[in-house]
Amino acid sequence: MSGLIEFRDVVFAYARPAERRARAFAFPGLSFAIERGEIFGVIGPNSAGKTSLLRLLTRVVRSQRGEIRLDGRPLEALPPWELARAIAVVPQDAPRPFPFTVAQLVLMGRYPHAPRRFFEDAADVAAARAAMLATETLALGALPLDQLSGGERQRALLARALAQEPRLLVLDEPTAHLDLRYQAETAALLRRLNRESGMTILLVSHDLNLAAELCDRLLLLRAGEIARAGAPIDVLEQGLLEDVFGCRVIVDKSASGRPVVQLAYDRG
Amino acid sequence: MNDARRLVSVLAALAVVLLALGVAALFVGSAGLSPAAVARALAGRAEASSVEAIVTLSLRLPRVAVAVLAGGALAVAGVGFQALTRNPLAEPSVLGVSSGAAFGVVLAQILGLQAGVVAALGVAVFAFAGALLAASVVYLVATAPGGLAVQTLLLAGVIVGIFFSAAITVIISLVDFNRLSGVIHWLLGNLAPIPAASLALFAALAAGGMWLILTRARELNLLALGEEAASQLGVDAERLKRQVFIAAALLTGTVVAFTGPIGFVGLIVPHVLRGLVGHDNRLLVPTSALAGGAFLLAADTLARNVVAPAELSVGVITAFCGAPFFVWVLRTRSRPA
Repeated sequence: MSGLIEFRDVVFAYARPAERRARAFAFPGLSFAIERGEIFGVIGPNSAGKTSLLRLLTRVVRSQRGEIRLDGRPLEALPPWELARAIAVVPQDAPRPFPFTVAQLVLMGRYPHAPRRFFEDAADVAAARAAMLATETLALGALPLDQLSGGERQRALLARALAQEPRLLVLDEPTAHLDLRYQAETAALLRRLNRESGMTILLVSHDLNLAAELCDRLLLLRAGEIARAGAPIDVLEQGLLEDVFGCRVIVDKSASGRPVVQLAYDRG
Repeated sequence: MNDARRLVSVLAALAVVLLALGVAALFVGSAGLSPAAVARALAGRAEASSVEAIVTLSLRLPRVAVAVLAGGALAVAGVGFQALTRNPLAEPSVLGVSSGAAFGVVLAQILGLQAGVVAALGVAVFAFAGALLAASVVYLVATAPGGLAVQTLLLAGVIVGIFFSAAITVIISLVDFNRLSGVIHWLLGNLAPIPAASLALFAALAAGGMWLILTRARELNLLALGEEAASQLGVDAERLKRQVFIAAALLTGTVVAFTGPIGFVGLIVPHVLRGLVGHDNRLLVPTSALAGGAFLLAADTLARNVVAPAELSVGVITAFCGAPFFVWVLRTRSRPA
């Protein structure tokens, strides 16, 4: 029994830490697995290693020791387009200005399926269309990305990732730029994708409550090490969170029975 | 598919324009030949030593070919630099790359490379090296943690351009004062007819550079997402950047070696085309090759007729068009980083 993604004793540090962050950051030896079909959340304070984990997984940076496996195969053994067919990343945002239309953006997700092809073929167009249908961006196809609202923009970026037809969908702070309504819509969409097509989802987020609501399991990071991993109810525990984040919190239960974390503001 | 059809129709329209301009350019000029005489020469019914045959076939025809090649190469180089830097103002002359190439050419000339196809290849190699050097310096100066800043890139280009222009002046002053005026004419960008063998070499080098950028056009689109996102889609971003960088420098160096530094073609042509075919580099690269040729041919035909029997340098015409155009693009399109 092996997971879709396995980190085995992964050791990593940035070569020149000063360029990336103020304090030297490292994974001294990270091990965990993401199972097929689950929604897996990675949470933790700033510079705990959430982004570095994501970059290791997509081979933007390479580990110094240890191994990351996708479906039992070492990541290092895969050509870049094969990795991109398996793992799609929804970034926090696209660069601005970004000159292309939504349809052009979504079709970019088809690149790893035929990197030698000059123009996309009918199958590519069909896959892009399906992705835009799932994210309700079909009507926006002809618009430049830069003319969309924050919520529409996020959905277009999600459509691009879905057009990759990945086995693992990775979301980096998916609700960072969204207001309440779009946060709810994004959460519902992700849950639907997971239930209806069995897509494995990795959610990397600051938003503890979104993670608690959506994820089957959570991984709480602290300075490159696992503080705790498990079901949201076990990870989002008051004492542990106060220790990791260094502030007072109140943990309650939501209507759905999931934990809800509130900051206990100091009124002193 | 839709894009492919659109590309074919735009290319066909541009080819018609280019052909019409090419024919028109053969019929006008300071020699004052009658249209009938030009037609006779083109049909091969004029004597080889006749004025109309020499002017039409040995002067005007090669010059038309040089203009089309140089314009196409410069426009495609512009598209390449713009995609690499994600900056619509990046272009061989603005980035100082043309000046670097010109420095290479002047260096080659004082080393004695003058005539013949082998010498032409040597000059092209020097120009390519100069272009690479200038582009690398600009890139290193402008690269900061977090990417290329728009203004820094342009300022770095201006500074590198000034430096190489000064270096050229030093070399010329030291070597041969009498040749100064000829070189100045060349430095303004001058489309002189060149021999057939050199023309073939020019065409081969330009085609090589354009082909490289054309085959990378789809990946260049993905680069607009940022390097990290592009690599997450399976693009080898470092390799892509290196290849397009070298191809754009090759195109610039080649044009400068055979015609002199002609500015702003790589700015004007892609920018106008974006209004027509959009930002997709797969459409932009091939259409720029044709439209760039048409633009420079039109500019050169103007340059050699507007003050006839004297001649303006075509670089003067493109600079007169390009400078206000640059300001306009700067005010409307470019945002602070």
